[in-house]
Amino acid sequence: MDLTALSECVASGSCLLTQGFNALVIGMLLFLVASGLTLIFGVLKVVNFTHGSLYMLGAYFAYYIHGLTDSYLLAVLGGSLGVALFGVLLERAFFSRLYQSNFLMQLLMCYGWILVLDDLVQFLFGAEFQSMGLPQVFATPPLVVAGAPIPMFYIFLITISFVVALALWLLIVKSPFGSKVRAAATNTAMTASLGINTTLLYVAVFALGAGLAGLAGALAAPVRSLVPGMGFSILIESFIVTVIGGMGSIGGALAAAILIGLVRTFGSVGFPFFTEILVFALMAVVLVLRPNGLFGRADAT
Amino acid sequence: MMARLSSRLSSTTWPSVLLAFLVLAMLPALIDSRMVLDLVIHVAILGLFATAVNLLIGYTGLVSFGHAMFYASGAYGFGLLMQTGSWSIPAAMAVAVLGSAGIALVVGIVCTKTKEVYFTFLTLAIQMMFYSTILSWQAVTGGDQGLTGGMPKPVFLGIDLSDANQTYYFITGVVVVSLGMLWHLTRSPFGYALRMVRDNPARVEFLGMNVRGYRLAAFVIAAAFASVAGALMCLYVSAAYPNFGYWTMSGEAIFMIMLGGINTFLGPVVGAVILTLLNHFVTAHTRYYGFVLGTIVLLYVLVLRKGLLDILVERFRAWRERSKKGTSC
Repeated sequence: MDLTALSECVASGSCLLTQGFNALVIGMLLFLVASGLTLIFGVLKVVNFTHGSLYMLGAYFAYYIHGLTDSYLLAVLGGSLGVALFGVLLERAFFSRLYQSNFLMQLLMCYGWILVLDDLVQFLFGAEFQSMGLPQVFATPPLVVAGAPIPMFYIFLITISFVVALALWLLIVKSPFGSKVRAAATNTAMTASLGINTTLLYVAVFALGAGLAGLAGALAAPVRSLVPGMGFSILIESFIVTVIGGMGSIGGALAAAILIGLVRTFGSVGFPFFTEILVFALMAVVLVLRPNGLFGRADAT
Repeated sequence: MMARLSSRLSSTTWPSVLLAFLVLAMLPALIDSRMVLDLVIHVAILGLFATAVNLLIGYTGLVSFGHAMFYASGAYGFGLLMQTGSWSIPAAMAVAVLGSAGIALVVGIVCTKTKEVYFTFLTLAIQMMFYSTILSWQAVTGGDQGLTGGMPKPVFLGIDLSDANQTYYFITGVVVVSLGMLWHLTRSPFGYALRMVRDNPARVEFLGMNVRGYRLAAFVIAAAFASVAGALMCLYVSAAYPNFGYWTMSGEAIFMIMLGGINTFLGPVVGAVILTLLNHFVTAHTRYYGFVLGTIVLLYVLVLRKGLLDILVERFRAWRERSKKGTSC
């Protein structure tokens, strides 16, 4: 425990800014993954335990495409669209057959997919850590704000995540598609009887959720090391985000993801050995005080 | 009714336990192969672990994705006590199991506050916390190397566990007794209350019974027997590894339960046989064991969808029904 380091950091503007940006990077990437998870759960009522693996696929797709074309834009597009397409296959061939089954069967299916995807990635790219490196475009000197160097890529990453978050909110709350999605989340049978193709809607929502995970993976690829199985820890953290934020709430996911980012970065300054535990402690406190999450409705559990 | 139930119990439980003992005891004499006995020991330990978890998943309807943490706590607790050199094997095992049950009580109090998906998340998350603690607390647990370096195995009650045959008898014996206790539990009024909690918790509450109490009890009992399995594995391999408490271990428990049969008591043991054989033969040929296992899981989900023993039991019942009708007509 190092409380003096923590208080010094909070007192110094440059440390505060550096750690604040780190927190936003962690938080926004987490938000992209968790929002997909919570969206799929909210509408399809299934828990996608493969979501972390989709994140991993997005990262490896981006890594591969970047290696081929040397274009980060194509890598990000390929990562998110590729994973969205994979999501369509996954939903049609597997999840859609299990909507009527019990939760245990869905869990087992996801377990199978996690094993298969991890080994497939290992087969194609090897078991060792891979690094994509920063794209050429962002190889510029960092922006110095109040003595704190902020890498341009961080600014790009945070901006694009916020834009996606805003677009997602507009899509769900303001668009006709969003009102159909919200209708299906409330009552699928009624929505279907109003002549809305819920099968198509389910595919679209699953693809959207998967695409968000893929996008997060592609965005994270330049600043994280790639390794088979990298998706599992982010899956756990997304669960924690949805538990803290409230299942099915996208605003809650945003707040919770940033909160976790803050706990992680400032926790690593003040309590370097207990950072993991801090995140779980945060979840435990929220679960005890507000069992439905910070933004969850009472009927969520 | 109660008395009749329990008398029927003891009349079916103990003969089958005795039979299992006899078969397992004769095995080393019949088959002179280390490999087969090694596989039997693995099946026994994994089978006990899966059966313990099934008390929670199958009988109580709580899908835990985190009971590998108690498998690990049993293994590490037992291993650490044995490495001090001043504990006898049964004492260390008892303390490891009681300690794990204590941890399970605390974890269970938090987890049983939640239901369904949330319960699964929470057990998984706490297990991952447990796992990362094992990895980072190197001074005690040996980190990612695991608890290695062997351990003394002092003779107790004339049993010498440095002898391979005696180890075999001891491990299978403890497993059979534990399975007998679990079987007894599932046939007891308590076991029927667990099924009722699974099928209709609201009615249980109307009857004035404490639903959360039953869930918590099942949680702790499942954890205790999972830790017995962990301690036995630690004893067998003279080590404990972090992946005892990794999520894949909990996943394997669910795989064994589903593939063997969730509705039949010995279903998870059948699942353990399949998993052990699979592990044995697949890892000999490829390092992509996860790919093969995952593919089998996916095929099971798409095609079979029912545990093997469940299918057999259903077939047998249908056949008996038919033959009964045949004689009466």
